[in-house]
Amino acid sequence: MTPRRKRLIVILLSIAGLGIAAGLILTAFNKNLMYFYSPTEVAAGEAPQNRPFRLGGMVVEGSVMRQPQGLTVWFTLTDFNKEQVVYYEGILPDLFREGQGIVANGQFNETGVFVASEVLAKHDENYMPPEVADAVAAGKAAGDHTP
Amino acid sequence: MHEFLAMGGYAAYVWTSYGIGALVLGMMALGARRAERKALDALAEDLAGDDDDPTA
Amino acid sequence: MFAFLHKYASLMHFYRLSARLAPWLTALTAVLLAGGLVGGLALAPADYQQGDSFRIIYLHVPSAWMSLFVYMCMAGAAFTTLVWRIKLAEIALRESAPLGAAFTFLALVTGSIWGKPMWGTWWVWDARLTSELILLFLYFGIIALDGAIDDRRMGARAAAVLTLIGVVNIPIIHYSVEWWSTLHQGPTVSKFDKPSIDTRMLIPLLVMVVAFTTYYAAALGARMRAGILAYDHKASWVRALVRGRSPEHA
Repeated sequence: MTPRRKRLIVILLSIAGLGIAAGLILTAFNKNLMYFYSPTEVAAGEAPQNRPFRLGGMVVEGSVMRQPQGLTVWFTLTDFNKEQVVYYEGILPDLFREGQGIVANGQFNETGVFVASEVLAKHDENYMPPEVADAVAAGKAAGDHTP
Repeated sequence: MHEFLAMGGYAAYVWTSYGIGALVLGMMALGARRAERKALDALAEDLAGDDDDPTA
Repeated sequence: MFAFLHKYASLMHFYRLSARLAPWLTALTAVLLAGGLVGGLALAPADYQQGDSFRIIYLHVPSAWMSLFVYMCMAGAAFTTLVWRIKLAEIALRESAPLGAAFTFLALVTGSIWGKPMWGTWWVWDARLTSELILLFLYFGIIALDGAIDDRRMGARAAAVLTLIGVVNIPIIHYSVEWWSTLHQGPTVSKFDKPSIDTRMLIPLLVMVVAFTTYYAAALGARMRAGILAYDHKASWVRALVRGRSPEHA
């Protein structure tokens, strides 16, 4: 075959080979690339017990309890399967509120309480003006009331 | 107008981003234009040199 | 079809075509940028959750998209360089890299500035941000590698190899938010689903994406014309071109 044809095949095979290699490396590193553990994974014992890790979930409605003085707050994160209570002292991000996605960086202390050192808000990929958001929320509420 | 500049309280973040954006895009455009001009100027000099001394 | 492509693989024909298109591309870019900016900064309503801070999207998303798009163009040029050894492809590869790096840098910086008020942090090592940062280093590596090799054609070929090795990063960046649990949210605009963004917010975003694309085309055109002149500086068409420039433009 022509030298050009040979070059083409070598290059295509190299790219394919690298792609496979990268795929294998990535699956091997998969655990480390998971940015956060869900409450279900924590409940299943998959999260580290003695090291900091990140816990991600939604803030359960009505679960946020702030102390009257200072910045201490308790809240519960859920993935709609399992829940995990979080204790945090510090400033919460602007987007923190009930029903919001949150990633808490912290670890379990000796008494089994998850103490967060950092709380980050996740936001979803939806963008809409307030009146549309209100309409969506109203629609949902109406839906809940229909028998 | 004041509301526009205030960006709902996020002015620092929004306007810094757009400032950096303007800077980066501006440098891209100026750099490209300069590259073309430099290439043409260098060639013009090159040719002028040739014209001065046809035996070179 | 191949005869057509073959003609424009010629440096001279590409140069002439590019020079003719240049003022149109520049004008189009200016109009699109103006329209996109007015739309994004003033006309689009504020977000129910993020308020006016979301307007950073009109820089962040187009830059991020371009950081990937430019790399894919470079990958195509790299492939063409290695298989067919076409000079025009070598020039396209070399001249695209700094532009791609600039877009990547802008995406990372605007993303960081946006993240601080919204997420609560300037940076996280999640899969999306980390892979985009790796892309920036890849661009730097390609530029450095090409610059380190004196022979232009060998430099282009080395850069082409590195570009193709790094292309595996592109699907990683794109699918990172789906394959792993990340802080960065999933795609707002994807090929198959209805976009999860209000139309009044979406239109300026699409305009800005097109604006950035024509911006890249215009900047690349100028850089490639410069590169062609350097490659072909002994050619008679180049000498005629330079002689034809009136003295005031020198």
